[in-house]
Amino acid sequence: MKEIILIAIAAIFVENFVLSKFLGICPFLGVSKKTSTAVGMGGAIIFVITISSLVTWPIYEYLLKPYDLTYLRTIVFILVIAALVQLVETVMKKFMPPLYRALGIYLPLITTNCAVLGSALLIVEREYTLAKAVVFGFASAVGFTLALVLFSGVRERIETNDIPPAFQGLPITLVAAALVSVAFFGFQGLFGI
Amino acid sequence: MAKSSKNTLSVLTNGIIRENPVLKLVLGTCPTLAVTTMAKNGIGMGIAATFVLLGSNIVISLIRKIVPDKVRIPVFITVIAGFTTIADMLLHAYLPDIYKELGIFIPLIVVNCIIFARAEMFASKNGVGSSILDALGMGAGFTLALLIIGSVREILGAGTWMGIPVTRELFDPAIIMILPPGGFLAFGFVVAAIQKFSVLKARNKEIAGGCSMNCAGCAAGNNGGGCQ
Repeated sequence: MKEIILIAIAAIFVENFVLSKFLGICPFLGVSKKTSTAVGMGGAIIFVITISSLVTWPIYEYLLKPYDLTYLRTIVFILVIAALVQLVETVMKKFMPPLYRALGIYLPLITTNCAVLGSALLIVEREYTLAKAVVFGFASAVGFTLALVLFSGVRERIETNDIPPAFQGLPITLVAAALVSVAFFGFQGLFGI
Repeated sequence: MAKSSKNTLSVLTNGIIRENPVLKLVLGTCPTLAVTTMAKNGIGMGIAATFVLLGSNIVISLIRKIVPDKVRIPVFITVIAGFTTIADMLLHAYLPDIYKELGIFIPLIVVNCIIFARAEMFASKNGVGSSILDALGMGAGFTLALLIIGSVREILGAGTWMGIPVTRELFDPAIIMILPPGGFLAFGFVVAAIQKFSVLKARNKEIAGGCSMNCAGCAAGNNGGGCQ
């Protein structure tokens, strides 16, 4: 139990997907302009990564590993994730229309968000058990959402500031991201992780 | 795109400077930030991505008339994943050092939006010859961007370049540059330097710089994903 809690805390703060592992930078820069969109994207990511951990783990463990096909993991994972996102979208549209409307436009974006594939690959690389894999996936996505929402707050402030021409747009966003990343760097070594 | 394909040289140089995938189009930012702690890793990543880009551009250009429009995205992703797996195995076999350094970011080439964007925007509309040139140009542009950012980070953060001590005697290396925050910082300053030179010449470019991030997001939304 203690180990699982440590995995969760490490995934959220210490090894934050965006700020220390550089996974999912595109949505991080793309949808962090407003806090409301950041929350929507974060919700969709949490949903998809948790389910994809739950699905890719058995596929790897019971299908690819016994037949010595682990070298096919990249192809299999990306196709499974793409199909999964499509499935989640269809099911949501039918049974959870309010949630579908809230997450709608962010769902297709997620297919090739490298945070999803990245978490599936990291789970395999670290040889987690199914329980650990799901906790890791969920916590990583929570960490992603946390970074996204915090950063959207910073960006809303930047909008109104007077910025030198050369730094307008992307550069100032990246410099701001560096500062948020420094803050998260403070978690390094927390609980000896 | 179709117009520029008439001029082979412009197809080749397009990706290196005018439409540099990282510095101008802001695609493929994850590997750009993650592997540039050393100039050498940047080159390794650049070459691996160029290999995948070249392979997928050739194949997609060859099959572009057979693949129905509706299923083109899954087909493209499968082709790209196939070449990524080949690159992964080749690096594992012949360059184990680089393979270890790049780690998870080699399989993640499959979701590098540069490759998907070129498949969608160029290879699926042009012949094999110009698709090869486009892949080489874009790959060179990507490698160049990684090399620049990697050099800045390695020199400032470790005082070395390509592993050779350069500025160690002049100043103490600022370790933060090779840590995650330094990646954002170096990328930001390199893009700012480019904006300084290009934007101040033509001020409307600066608007393009600001919106390119949105476009990366929108484009991904339009073609059902495609952003890393």
